[in-house]
Parts: sequence; structure tokens; C-alpha cells
Amino acid sequence: MRVGLFVTCVNDTLYPRTGQAVVTLLERLGVQVGFPMDQSCCGQPLFNTGYRHGTEPLVLRYARAFRDYDHVVTPSGSCAAMVRENYPRLAAKAAAESRGEALTEAASDAAAKTYELTEFLVDVLGVTDVGAYFPHTVTYHPTCHGLRSLGLGDRPRRLLEQVKGLELRELAGAEECCGFGGTFAVKNPAVSSAMGRDKAHAITATGAHRVCTVDNSCLMHIGGILSREGSPVRPVHIAEILAATEGAR
Amino acid sequence: MSGRQDRQTTPDATPGTKPDTMTRPPGEPRGHSPGGTYLGMPAFPQAAALSTRDGRLRANLRHATHTIRAKRAQAVAELDDWDRLRRAGAAVKDRTLRHLDHYLLQLEESVTRAGGTVHWAADAAEANRIVTGLVRATGETEVVKVKSMATQEIGLNEALAGAGIRAYETDLAELIVQLGGDLPSHILVPAIHRNRGEIRDIFREHMARWGRPAPEGLGDRPADLAEAARLHLREKFLRAKVAVSGANFMVAESGTLVVVESEGNGRMCLTLPETLISVVGIEKTVPSWRDLEVFLQLLPRSSTAERMNPYTSMWTGTSGDGPRSFHLVLLDNGRTDTLADQVGRQALRCIRCSACLNVCPVYERAGGHAYGSPYPGPIGAILTPQLRGMASPLEESLPYASSLCGACFEVCPVAIDIPEVLVHLRERVVEGGPATLRGTRTVIKPARKHTAERAVIRATGWTLDHPGVLRHGQRLLSRTRRLHPRRLPGPGRAWTDTRELPTVPAEPFRDWWARARGDTA
Ligand code: SF4
Repeated sequence: MRVGLFVTCVNDTLYPRTGQAVVTLLERLGVQVGFPMDQSCCGQPLFNTGYRHGTEPLVLRYARAFRDYDHVVTPSGSCAAMVRENYPRLAAKAAAESRGEALTEAASDAAAKTYELTEFLVDVLGVTDVGAYFPHTVTYHPTCHGLRSLGLGDRPRRLLEQVKGLELRELAGAEECCGFGGTFAVKNPAVSSAMGRDKAHAITATGAHRVCTVDNSCLMHIGGILSREGSPVRPVHIAEILAATEGAR
Repeated sequence: MSGRQDRQTTPDATPGTKPDTMTRPPGEPRGHSPGGTYLGMPAFPQAAALSTRDGRLRANLRHATHTIRAKRAQAVAELDDWDRLRRAGAAVKDRTLRHLDHYLLQLEESVTRAGGTVHWAADAAEANRIVTGLVRATGETEVVKVKSMATQEIGLNEALAGAGIRAYETDLAELIVQLGGDLPSHILVPAIHRNRGEIRDIFREHMARWGRPAPEGLGDRPADLAEAARLHLREKFLRAKVAVSGANFMVAESGTLVVVESEGNGRMCLTLPETLISVVGIEKTVPSWRDLEVFLQLLPRSSTAERMNPYTSMWTGTSGDGPRSFHLVLLDNGRTDTLADQVGRQALRCIRCSACLNVCPVYERAGGHAYGSPYPGPIGAILTPQLRGMASPLEESLPYASSLCGACFEVCPVAIDIPEVLVHLRERVVEGGPATLRGTRTVIKPARKHTAERAVIRATGWTLDHPGVLRHGQRLLSRTRRLHPRRLPGPGRAWTDTRELPTVPAEPFRDWWARARGDTA
């Protein structure tokens, strides 16, 4: 089984520790991970802002980069949803403009083998106890794309529940959007921030020390508000919790 | 009934699954909303920036939407075949829309056979002209109205007022909006932005100018407010010779129109007057009575969280009791154009239940007025730009009035993939492309306002497709990380006004990988 890591542009640039955690975790579970250097961004920010044509080269690039892998794993619910939901849509629109052949093939290949991390762990590897140790109180925010586009359900929770030392705190209004929404955060800053503040208050009210999600882009927004509001809660990607073991830092 | 929108708007009278809209007497003031119509309203981000700061509005909306949200979830969970019902609803609508030309002609024939008269209106102006002419022909100067979205959409009350005809709204929430010189902010509960105290003040201050004044010493108890409205409206029902309504459904095979409501005001308007004029969007057609079965289950549960709504009125032409003269005005007003768009057309499935508004985190904070049309919330964000075309910065901003969280799609009883349509319309805004406007196929140009953004996006897209260049950029960002300011200037302020920036790491992931794994590919 050849597994490629799609780290995502956000993690690559801003959260390399999340990528490192995925590598550590998967290797600990006996999975050999490859990282094709010619990968880039999945195109989500462009596509969701309306630049469908500008997204097309990135779809082709993604498929090319991971051509030789059986599975692609990514620590991002929204990027996985982009590949699985929107690549085929984008290809269908290109086909309707009679230039869809390469895109159709690229999209269906990419969509068929791309997994968000917790999905890959639970569905493909069939594990929920990944041997992690994380002695903190944690609350979990299910991100919208993970929840509604991918249908992750309770997979992330099941993984967290098996982590030694971890105490999980319920988050009120957990399924409400945090207000990030990609370019929404800057195109509608007032509403985005209002949503983010409500989410931040709910998180702080849990009394947890950490808030985790399956997506660092949402965490960037939530964490940015938490620290601006002076909350003691720190954001952490679920991969970093699952990768942590006793004795390690 | 009581617990529903209670505190927020409809004190207790019986808010319900209302069908379609509204009215204002000539020269009436219009509260904080601009003018008598939605024309010239600012783009969504500007309007929403103001409304998010309105603490009372936020509190009213939060309470109301969260209450109804929870009840809807319960009502839906009672049915174990909800998913199948939902798929059936979507399928019936899609099939009808695909053959709409056929069903509309069948409907016309059925209505005519049953003694009604059918009029076709291509746009708002034509519909208003037809209705005004019909009312004038009766010699009356007053009409009573059943809540109707279609007549809101075309600004019928204003048009009638211009012709010296007073239109009285008889739905409680719609009455509150009308008396307050306000605009509706919700499909089902147009006065959702008002609380009991505000409603009492509006009644006390304005009822007298419209008819029977509010009772002496009126308080803000729901039952008292409802009673005041009842007394005020009763004299209008008894006097009215002409009624104007919309409809939730029109059955093509029999020519039957259906209005679904909770207060009984609709039933009064539909039975007492001599003349009934119904203005209905062409997409409200269903082929047969059997199809109603699906929607009469989907609508009340999604809308008011009721198993069944209190009043379902059905009439077929002028057969049986009720009005002796019946006119049906079939309204296009952008619907055929919308139908021509393969992705966007699913918006025409909408049965106006409001579930998507009630669950929307953006609507909850921005309020309904920010959407600049009688269709607020997620459905408004995809419907208004399609019905009106990208006519102004407002319509261009609506597809972006969403974080794409998908909560609307999840609750929509006819499975409209609102996020998909939003992204599709964003593409229309920034890239332009083929569209149908007033029946003519055309290619629309990208919005001017987005020129700078387009340049940035093009550069970003190019960089992302050249990982070598991207890597240089990442390294530069990492190397200068101690110099990064906490607050950004210019457009970056939109982020840093309320949020800290993430700390840039010492090296990007790909450099770590190359170093740790000796892979420099
Ligand atoms: S879009 Fe769907 S959820 Fe929203 S009002 Fe229409 S039918 Fe209801």
C-alpha cells in the first residue's frame, strides 16, 4: 500500500508540525508515507471564491503528483472535501465546455483515493486506538466540511476517546460553523468575527486547555480570536494529539 | 401553538407555515429601512457590519432561530422516512420544472375550466399592472392580503398605493411590519427582528391610522397583542370586497390552488371577499393532487415544526363557496432565466419553509434586511441574484454572504445544494460566463469591482502551480518572521482587526521533509 501525504499549502507554510505529526503517526502504525515534492494547493481558495478556471491546473497537478500512490491522506477536512466533492464538479463543467477529458480522469482518480486523516485511520487502517498519550483536557470542534461534506461522524471522537491521559470536554453548539469560511473571513469580516467570537466563548466555557479540529485553517481563525480575546485555550490539530506519545516532548 | 416564535414576533396568535407576503398605505414612513422598496440597498458586507453591532437584533434573532431550529429537528426526527420524503420532494419539483411549459398550459386550462381567469406576467411591472387593473375594475379602493412572498417580490403594495388602493396585510407578523413602516426580515416570520415590547409600541402608535386603534392600556402579553390584532383585522375582513393572495402550490391537473397557514387570516381572505386575485410564481406548480401529499408533510415540519399546519385552504376556480370572481396571475420575473441555468435552477424547488434561514449562522448575525430582498438568508443569497441578475453590487455580494458551512443544505426539505449554487454564482460574478437574461442567452462580463482581486488570484494560481516559486516565498516568509507586524494594513485589516495572525514557523514542511528524509525531488 503506497500512501502519499497531501500536506496542504496552509500546513506546509504555517503548520509544518501538523504534517510532521501525520508522518510520525502513520509510520508508527506501520504505514510508509511518501511526500511528492511537486504537490501544491488543492485549489480550494480559488474555486470557492469563484475562480473555477484558475483552479484547473491545480487539479491536474494534484492528480499528477499522486499518480503513483494508492491512497492520499490529508490532515484537512476541507481540502479532502474539495478533492472529493468539487474536483468532479469542476471536471463536469469543463466537460460541458468540451475540454474535460484530462480533467475528468484526474478528478475521478484523485477523488477515489483521497482520505482525510481520521477517515483513513478508522476506515482504511481500521484502528481507533493509535497508542497516543496526551495528558490534557481537550474539546473537539467538528469542522463543517468534515461534518457535512465528508460525513466524518464520530470518527475523530472515537480516536480521541482512546488517547491515554486525555479528558474530552463537550462543546456547546459544537456543530455550528466557526465563521472562517476561507475568503469569507475577509470578505465578510464582521459576520465572520461575530461567529468566531461566539465559538471562542463556547470553547473557553468548556474549561479545556486545548481545542482541536481536523483542519488548521479553521483553527487559525479560532486560535486568532482566542488569543486576541485573551483566552487560555490553545488550538491544536488532531494529528498532533494522535501523534503524541508518553515520553515524547 | 403558543411556544413557537412567541417572544420574538408573533406573540401568540399562531404563526405558521405561511405561504407567500405585504402592504403600506400611501405616504407611510418606513422605519430604518430605506424607501418603500429594497432598491438601492448597500452590498451585504456593509449592511451586515452594521447589523452585527445591533445587540438587541442579535439577541432577538438568536433566541428565535435557536428555538425553532431545535423544534424542527424534533419534528423531522419523528419520521423515519424523512430522507425518502425529501428525495421525493426534490424529484417531483425537478420533474415538474423540466416540463414546466407543459404543466403551466395544463394549469391554465384547468383554472379556466373551473371559472377562473389566468393572466401571464413576464415581470414585476406587468404583474403590478394586471393586479391594479383588476382591482380598479371592481371599483374598490381597499384590498385585504394573505401573506405572500410573490407580491413582496414585485412590490405590489407600493404599486397599489400609487394607484390609490390600500392593501391591508392580515398575517400578524406581516401586520407588525406594515404598521411599523418596516421591511420583512424572515420568510415565515417577517417581524422576527421585533420583540414583544417593540410590537406593543408599534400597535399603540400606528394602529389608529390604519383602522381600529389598539385597546386602551395595551400591554405586551402575547395574548393581549394577539387580541388587539384580531379586533383590528376583523373589521377589515368583514368589509373587504377584494382579496389578494399568493399560493404555496398550484395543482395542474385540477387547477386547484393551495395556501398553507396557521392563523386563519388566510382562510378569511380566501372565502369572504367577492373577488380573489392570486399572484403566484410559475415554479409553484405541481402536476397532481398525489404530489401534494409529499409537500404537505415536508412543509409544516420544516417550517413551523408542526406535524400539520392548522389551516390548509384549497380552491378550484369559482366552483363551490367563496369568491365569485377568481384571477390567477402567473409570475415569471426571472424564473425562466433561472430555469435555464443547469446548476442554479435547483433554487426553484424552494417551498419557502425558512428552515435554511433558521439554521444559518450568517443570517442569525446579519439579520434579514442585510440581504436586500424579501428573500433573506441562504435561499435569498442564491435566489435574488438569479431572479434579478447581477444587477448591482448587492446582488454581486450575495453569493459571498456565506461561510459555505452547509447547514442549509442539510435541513432543506427539497435538498437544494445551496453551497454548490453559491460557488456557482461566485463564478458568475468573478469570471462572468453564459447566462440567460430576460429570455435571451448572453455572455455576462466579470464584475468590474473584482479586477484587483482577479490579478491577485491569477498570480496566486500561477505561484501555486510552480512549487519552486512557492517554496521561495515560504522561505522568505519564514526568514522574515520576526519582523511580521501584529496588525496588517489595508485589506489585511479585515483579518487582524479581530484576530491574531498565526506565527510563521522557522521552516516550511517541505524543507523539513527534504532535510529529514534527504529527498530533494
Ligand atoms: S431553500 Fe430549502 S430550506 Fe430554504 S426556504 Fe427553500 S425549501 Fe426551505
